[in-house]
Amino acid sequence: MSFTDAQIWIIIFGLGLGSYALRLSFLGIIGNRELPEWVLRHLRYTAVAVMPGMITPLILFPQATGGTLDPVRLGAAVATLAISFWTKNATLTIFGGAAVLFGLHFTIG
Amino acid sequence: MSQTPAFWQGFRAALPHVLVIIPFGAVFGVVATEAGLNLAQVMGFSVMVIAGAAQFVAVQMMLENAPVLIVLTAALAVNLRMAMYSASLAPHLGPISWWKRAFVSYFMVDQAYAVSILKYDQTPAMTPGQKMAFYMGVVTPLAPLWYLATWGGAVLGTAIPVGLPIDFAVPITFLALIVPMLRTLAHVTAAMVSILGVLVFAFLPYNTGLLVAAVLAMMAGAEVERRMGARA
Repeated sequence: MSFTDAQIWIIIFGLGLGSYALRLSFLGIIGNRELPEWVLRHLRYTAVAVMPGMITPLILFPQATGGTLDPVRLGAAVATLAISFWTKNATLTIFGGAAVLFGLHFTIG
Repeated sequence: MSQTPAFWQGFRAALPHVLVIIPFGAVFGVVATEAGLNLAQVMGFSVMVIAGAAQFVAVQMMLENAPVLIVLTAALAVNLRMAMYSASLAPHLGPISWWKRAFVSYFMVDQAYAVSILKYDQTPAMTPGQKMAFYMGVVTPLAPLWYLATWGGAVLGTAIPVGLPIDFAVPITFLALIVPMLRTLAHVTAAMVSILGVLVFAFLPYNTGLLVAAVLAMMAGAEVERRMGARA
């Protein structure tokens, strides 16, 4: 890369300050004010609206395999989903999913 | 429940996510160092930005020698979802003092947000102080390990075995967070719209497709809830 030290630090500080502004935005401004019910109704779905979309491309088009569907990762994702529905336990799900991931990696991977 | 037990509940709830923070942070340390950043700069990213996905995007674009402004725009676009998290946390943490909200905002990362919002939804009786204590409990093991793992990756470098599918730690831990959130038809609908939306809008630049998908998914969830007349 061809950046000066100053440019690199501008990127780091700019990204740090910008990210902090985004994080503080609503939490800092709204505070104790009552929000209208329709706004709250939308906000209740923030997590399920953002996170599935975030991981969908990581599952279907992993960068590590050049963006092509990978049986190891897809199998691990399906297994993780199944363990989560079945156990409802985050620790079991994460360790179970990781075990399936590495199991598949060292067998069919 | 007073504030101390809430803190330790948060601490325990965060522990499985240590499993993703360590490899993710270490890989960032390796990648950023190999890209040509010195140790202070690598640590500057993890301490000041404290957002894995945006950090990777920034380093990737720096490797491509993109202009400074483009690097900043692309990486900040990835972090726009933080504003959504901020709005989503406001009804829960809004009553606490401003400086505490300013403090907790620094620690707004995907895992901490998701672990906490799941707890708040499941335990409506929590006071704002307990919710704050829970959140701080969650980030207590996560943030220092993020710095430490980044440092380890930067210093140890290629001692980390390559070829292992550790990139997939993120989807696995996120799946473990999402499934318990699918409590109603409205939540399931929102998740489905999110998945379809991100595929449909994948052509949009700088990951902005995710934001379009998320807004549509929130609208879908809210509309299903309104029609079902569930939750007052």
